[in-house]
Amino acid sequence: MTPLIIICCYLALLLALGLFAGRLSRGTGSDYLVASHSIGPFLLLMSLFGTTMTAFALVGSTGEAFKEGIGVYGMLASSSGILHSLCFFVLGVRLWSLGKRYGYRTQVQYFRDRLDSSGIGLVLFPILVVLVIPYLMIGVISSGAVIQAMTAGAFPELFPSDNRAIAGGVPSPIGSAAICGVVLSYVFYGGMRGTAWANALQTLVFMVLGLVTFNVIAHKLGGEETLLENLRVLGEAIPEDKATRSDMSLSKFTTYLLVPLSVGMFPHLFQHWLTAKSASSFKLPVVCHPVFIMIVWVPCVLIGVWATTDLVPPAPPLPDNPNTILPFLVKTLTNPVLGGFLAAGILAAIMSSLDSQFLCLGTMFTTDIVGHYAPRPELSQEERDRRDIRLARSFIIGIVVVTYLLSLLKPPSVFALGVWCFSGFSALFPLVLAALYWRGLTKAGAYAGVLAAAGAWAWFFSDAVGRAVEAGNPGPIRTYTVDVTLGGVTYATMPVLWVFLASAIALVAVSLVTPRPKEDTLAKFFGDSISPQSR
Amino acid sequence: MQKVVWGLVVLLLIVHQDVWFWRDDTLVFGFVPVGLFFHASISVAASVAWFLATRHCWPASLEGEAPGGEAAA
Repeated sequence: MTPLIIICCYLALLLALGLFAGRLSRGTGSDYLVASHSIGPFLLLMSLFGTTMTAFALVGSTGEAFKEGIGVYGMLASSSGILHSLCFFVLGVRLWSLGKRYGYRTQVQYFRDRLDSSGIGLVLFPILVVLVIPYLMIGVISSGAVIQAMTAGAFPELFPSDNRAIAGGVPSPIGSAAICGVVLSYVFYGGMRGTAWANALQTLVFMVLGLVTFNVIAHKLGGEETLLENLRVLGEAIPEDKATRSDMSLSKFTTYLLVPLSVGMFPHLFQHWLTAKSASSFKLPVVCHPVFIMIVWVPCVLIGVWATTDLVPPAPPLPDNPNTILPFLVKTLTNPVLGGFLAAGILAAIMSSLDSQFLCLGTMFTTDIVGHYAPRPELSQEERDRRDIRLARSFIIGIVVVTYLLSLLKPPSVFALGVWCFSGFSALFPLVLAALYWRGLTKAGAYAGVLAAAGAWAWFFSDAVGRAVEAGNPGPIRTYTVDVTLGGVTYATMPVLWVFLASAIALVAVSLVTPRPKEDTLAKFFGDSISPQSR
Repeated sequence: MQKVVWGLVVLLLIVHQDVWFWRDDTLVFGFVPVGLFFHASISVAASVAWFLATRHCWPASLEGEAPGGEAAA
């Protein structure tokens, strides 16, 4: 019961924060959707970090390290440290500047203007929505599963189950509904300001609780007096295959480097970039993001490899699902209070991504579809603001309901879709980079790049699905690689490499042979005050 | 200086492919596998490189030029 009380208190705190943020609202569309460009460096750092770190940063990193060893840090974390900041620096600052200057709220608005093409919105919009929805479902399903696992035993008569790990726990559909309700409430009332504040709080919560959990688990498993002694005992017990990357493919590791570029095209991150108060607000996130990733990931990776050692008590046995290793260790090695706080930390990581995704989808429907095709110019600015907020809220409710209902179906392969979503966003990276820095990008080139990315992605994905159907489980969707044989040696590569290349080559090749953009358009986006200058 | 900073970022991406520690299970400080320690160091080095980038490559022209309107939404 203790974990449930702590979780409920935490959710109540978030609700209060969202309602308070709502009271500070200026009542304009800009305030609701991009916080009137008022977010300073610290809040921007916390909200960007919280948004990019999903539940995967806590439970997934531990589970992957349990399966693959310490190599997952290099594959997923240190690469993200370099490339996420690159995206903030190279894309975020310029998109913020253009967004503030021309009043953009969504990526589609920018691309429509930059490419002089209303139709590019009809191509990009469904792709972005389709890539975000599985990501949302992962969060909703995970939150229910975490609440059920961490409250197991609280209500043995009310929620009986044959599975001892979840018997008596709050059923996952109820847990997921509660999380959706809380996120919906603070996004509904607080808009982007409430989301940014909630993200900042949640980021602090999961960072601090991650470190506390690391310390407690090290003490319990190591059994020595000091932290350093425990770390040494545990370090020496790590099996060789988990302390090295002997079982990891170098070519897969290398090609995975393109996956973190996905943040350059995340629609929810674009919206967070627009909230910045000034270009300088980006400096702190650019500098601190890699170290923040390290603070969260290194302890989780170490816990994951420690779980493979003989120091873990033989009973109860470790769960089959690697993603439940961290909650399992917390539940079996620590007390209910820490268990409750860790559950709150994991939920914080989940919700700090969910809220931004819900808000961005609501903003996209409001701006890119309704606002674009039914602009109602006869309305005053005040009336348009009221309409925008009302529409955004309605769409957000609709998206939350649809995502929740889809999550009840518990599609078995949804978790395997994660890396595919990221690969899809990465394949659109050449588009945003070229739009910002290459005057030669043409409308036809942009269409070619997007369609080549979509086509190549669909080709590889259908192949992976075919293999999964053949195998009778979703495993091949998660582990799919494109194997290339050169000189008699076979190299496993991530599909993102080929999808990215298809997109970039099509974009450049078609742009080179099609008419250049209008001079007015180039002047608007590459004028003196916009062009890159450095001191 | 700009070239140095961007060179550092490229260097980080190159050393990220650390084949030299691929099968090395040495423990740094007696508890961190060297492969993990090396990549954690890359994270710290990335922060340093990006700090230099914000000092020497920052697009100052973007700093105060936006009028702050919602002019052409």
